[in-house]
Amino acid sequence: MSTVANLTRATLAKDLRLEWRSKDAINSMLFFSLLVVVIFSFSFDPTAEESRRIAGGLVWVAFLFAAVVALNQTWAREMRNQVLDAYRVSPAPPNALFLAKVIGNFIFVTVLQALMTPLFIVFYNLRALGPAYQLPIVAALGTWALVVNGTFFAAMSLRTRSREIMLPLLLFPISIPALLAMVEATGAILTGEFSAKFWIVLLAAYDLVFTIASLFLFGFVLQAE
Amino acid sequence: MPPVSDLPGQVFPAVTVTGLVKQFGRFAALRGVTAEFAPKRLYAILGDNGAGKTTLLRALAGLTPPTRGTISMLGTTNLRSICGQLGYMAHPSLLYDEMSGMENLRYFARLYDVGNDVTNSNKDQRCADAIRAVKLDPSLTRPVGQYSQGMRQRMSLARALLNDPKILLLDEPFSNVDVRSAQEMVRLLSGLRDAGKTIFVVTHQASLLEGAADEFVWMEAGQIVSRAPDLRTTLETR
Repeated sequence: MSTVANLTRATLAKDLRLEWRSKDAINSMLFFSLLVVVIFSFSFDPTAEESRRIAGGLVWVAFLFAAVVALNQTWAREMRNQVLDAYRVSPAPPNALFLAKVIGNFIFVTVLQALMTPLFIVFYNLRALGPAYQLPIVAALGTWALVVNGTFFAAMSLRTRSREIMLPLLLFPISIPALLAMVEATGAILTGEFSAKFWIVLLAAYDLVFTIASLFLFGFVLQAE
Repeated sequence: MPPVSDLPGQVFPAVTVTGLVKQFGRFAALRGVTAEFAPKRLYAILGDNGAGKTTLLRALAGLTPPTRGTISMLGTTNLRSICGQLGYMAHPSLLYDEMSGMENLRYFARLYDVGNDVTNSNKDQRCADAIRAVKLDPSLTRPVGQYSQGMRQRMSLARALLNDPKILLLDEPFSNVDVRSAQEMVRLLSGLRDAGKTIFVVTHQASLLEGAADEFVWMEAGQIVSRAPDLRTTLETR
């Protein structure tokens, strides 16, 4: 267990260092979400009430698409110079690599959310009428759902010819229950019309199931040709 | 069970491949390779492009599972259990371009649990030793992406040596390396062989290994067709 924890830490530190130097993922994600916010704000001219109803969907769709950019970068980095083979021939456990990638992507998407949320609030004139303290919980659980599945399916589509297309094709259908829960929970908190608890529990259960399944299956994905 | 090649008085093969077949779709890259390789020897694997040399090396490294046949290394067919005793160098560098050589090796040292101590000083020492062994400077701070191709090759060899492996699998280690540096690499490999390592070198520059390699193995169309202690005989009998 300590080996997995140590190697996860080492791989995460390496990934953060690479991202700090290249800024490949964070720059692409930022520009992408910025475009989504601006274009949506010009396309619709909602009242404050309508904004609260549709904001959950807009926010999460923007983050989902932006996350795909980061997820593709995660493994592309390992494919340059075939560095992934160096990991595969080492005795290091596959789970450490997977966990480091998931945590790394979680950090990248969380940074993006921290930067973009004020813009969403300004552009859509948002204010939570329900319990606002639940928003960070929904954000954390929702982000984890996106990155855990995204990291896994990005690894699966790594050796396919058109992996940029394959990832959304695999990721989006399987993320529908999580996306629905994120959108409904966010909408519930913003409008205050109903409780978000059911959707939060659903998100937590979804995270648990898919994290365990991905950890169990990642070894096979890593060692596949 | 200890590695069989370490048993006193008996020389068991370090590597045995039996009926090794590897198919990529309808193309067979390896067509029933059967061979034994004794420990503590340096083997030069030769052959034209597409002969199956790299596929054989990748199969030995556990990166390409064979379609049929078995591989036994250091007394076991479970290659995963001995992967810590293998060193693998591929045609690409297997290094992160954005990090320096020392940063790369520090990361890979963690993967192999090399020089594990509280202060990390032992780990750094081992990384620096591996870099010096290939005649590079461990204090170089520029990222590997800015190295020349030859320097990258040598750093890649340093990475393969980092875990002090019993078996070294090297794919084209001399490509893009100047003659003097290549000769230094050959001297290093001879020294490692003398120190007890079994070394496989896939190369198109066989003449560099004359006088250093214990055996030259010629591959053609996915099979070993000739092997002899000297290059000339190998080429004549292929």
